[in-house]
Amino acid sequence: MKILTGNDLKTGHVIWWDGQGWSLHVEDAVDAGDRADAIIAREEAECRVNGAYAIDGEKTADGVRPAHIKDRIRALGPTVRPDLTLKPADPNAGNWVI
Amino acid sequence: MYKYDQYDQAMVDARVEDFRDQTRRRLEGKMTDDQFKPLRLKNGLYLQLHAYMLRVAIPYGTLNSRQMRKLAHIARTYDRGYGHFTTRQNIQYNWIKLEDAPDILAELATVEMHAIQTSGESIRNISADQYAGAAADEIIDPRPWAEMIRQMTTFMPEFSYLPRKFKIAVIAAEADRAALRWHDCALRIVQNEAGEIGFEVFAGGGMGRTPFIAYRIREFLPTDQILSYLQAILRVWNRNARRDNIHKQRMKILVHELGEDEFRRQVEEEFQHFLALGEDFPQAEYDRIAAYFAPPPFETDLSEEIDRSDPDFALWADHQVAAHKAPGYAIVNISLKPIGQIPGDISAEQMELVADLAERYSFDELRATHAQNLVLPHVRKQDLHAIWTALHEAGLGEANLDLVTDIIACPGLDYCSLANARSIPVAQKIAERFADAERQKDLGELKIKISGCINACGHHHAGHIGILGVDRKGTENYQLLLGGSGDEETSQAKITGPGFDEAGIVDAVERAVERYREIREPGERFLDTYRRVGMDGFKEAIYG
Ligand code: HEM
Ligand code: SF4
Repeated sequence: MKILTGNDLKTGHVIWWDGQGWSLHVEDAVDAGDRADAIIAREEAECRVNGAYAIDGEKTADGVRPAHIKDRIRALGPTVRPDLTLKPADPNAGNWVI
Repeated sequence: MYKYDQYDQAMVDARVEDFRDQTRRRLEGKMTDDQFKPLRLKNGLYLQLHAYMLRVAIPYGTLNSRQMRKLAHIARTYDRGYGHFTTRQNIQYNWIKLEDAPDILAELATVEMHAIQTSGESIRNISADQYAGAAADEIIDPRPWAEMIRQMTTFMPEFSYLPRKFKIAVIAAEADRAALRWHDCALRIVQNEAGEIGFEVFAGGGMGRTPFIAYRIREFLPTDQILSYLQAILRVWNRNARRDNIHKQRMKILVHELGEDEFRRQVEEEFQHFLALGEDFPQAEYDRIAAYFAPPPFETDLSEEIDRSDPDFALWADHQVAAHKAPGYAIVNISLKPIGQIPGDISAEQMELVADLAERYSFDELRATHAQNLVLPHVRKQDLHAIWTALHEAGLGEANLDLVTDIIACPGLDYCSLANARSIPVAQKIAERFADAERQKDLGELKIKISGCINACGHHHAGHIGILGVDRKGTENYQLLLGGSGDEETSQAKITGPGFDEAGIVDAVERAVERYREIREPGERFLDTYRRVGMDGFKEAIYG
């Protein structure tokens, strides 16, 4: 599947296209299919996202995950600071990153 | 320390207001990111893996306690409570919001700081010996010259759109603590036989994907001609650089393609032209700037004694304290490499503690080093124990300067969008492997430097042991390099052979280190042994 990601213009937060808007959680990402370019162009023009791009993703038992390690780290947060990731209380949060 | 005059302050304040307006227009959608990006980069604001990243300039690595407290305040108020000191004596914040960036720059301006020329095709923040003004082995304080060059090069129209970044370093001692010859242009202040002071000039160095060690292009340049000479170098590069290919635009490529002699000839020709304009700084200007860097009022008749009865303190003092030029004083290195922590990271609370120590014990002065540590440059030997106690309690009492666990690491794939692999976890695992104090001491000076990609922000080319993260079919892989150095005997590290995965690279480093232990001769550092036996002496031990 093709999923879309970028950063929130104001805050810089990593965000994922969920079909209606942008979510902080990669689990919410949906397949953009062949509409990726159109969605990106519209959302950038509306200032709802910054630096958006499409990547390969896959559905796993835990939800959608980006295919490449770089975007998996973006989805979670720095692996060396679990306290600053989106799942600070989950000791296993990083297992799917690497 | 230099103090802004009304012009400096007005310029920096005006720049903040410009950026506030630009940011507002971007947030309102009146500018696209393509239009905004060059503007934010001119103010040190990058978009990184998780958020915006702000790089703040620390000119020649010198800070006072007020500035350090402001950095702590910014970390706490606008970021997530910490900052990261870089290999170019700057500080980076990893979690900046675009909407806050103008306010942060305004806060910085109140303590005479900014983020100008920390990015883009500019003359970057000038780096210097972190012991400047304190070192027992320096000829004069190099910082007045660094400051004058900074003033000349900030906002100079001819150099506002250079082919690529340009990095300058200035030192004034035989010992090179600033990785001089890895810079585009480097100046070492020297004294000739007649006792006159001048510059030894190096040009064409750099790391990145095509590393070059700078050539010495001038043995002795009278100090009062330096601005003409620098302008000549920059003009030759600006005129001839390959602007067609981003990977060939750094000055090192031009120097290499023209050859050392032809580059020198062109610089000398252009130099005559600038000299004739008579625009070099007059002595009075040097005197004016140098007055800001006058030595602090050192006390006399101080004791040279250090009470070494506490063994933990004695170990720290052996590793972290360097010789000062004033009797009774010492230079303290503060390790930002506690075992298992993130190299160069420091919390807001630690920043405040270090600021307090600087104010109380070091004439209000602090330094950042290219090895991602901090320095209290002027402390009385009699205060060392009190300083160590305070540092120790704050988790900053590690005794590992220049040892195997004093690792330089770039942010790598944990933070950097250009990365191939993570650097920080590798640094942490190596540090944990070699944590034993006796073992570290036995191994002696051993500089490990790790970059997460070919850009070499972590100086892997200059590591006694270098590690380079590469992407191997979508997984992290690490190349091992041996034999680099950034000191006065600069050398470029060489790749040992096939790469390793994360666990494998830690083992490979250990095998290389153990090999050194087996074959070293008395007094040899790792680097000396490598230079004696070459790669062949290590290869079998590493690959079996
Ligand atoms: C996280 C954002 C960063 C980005 C996007 C970045 C980007 C780059 C790039 C593209 C280069 C190669 C330049 C060239 O070959 O022309 C480079 C070089 C370098 N960077 Fe970074 N860097 C970053 C962070 C850092 C950090 C954190 C440090 C210090 C720890 C650092 C220090 C350096 C140094 C020392 C070089 C080598 C200079 C040379 O090529 O001569 N950078 N950086
Ligand atoms: S070396 Fe590469 S990974 Fe490391 S900070 Fe520089 S650009 Fe990023």
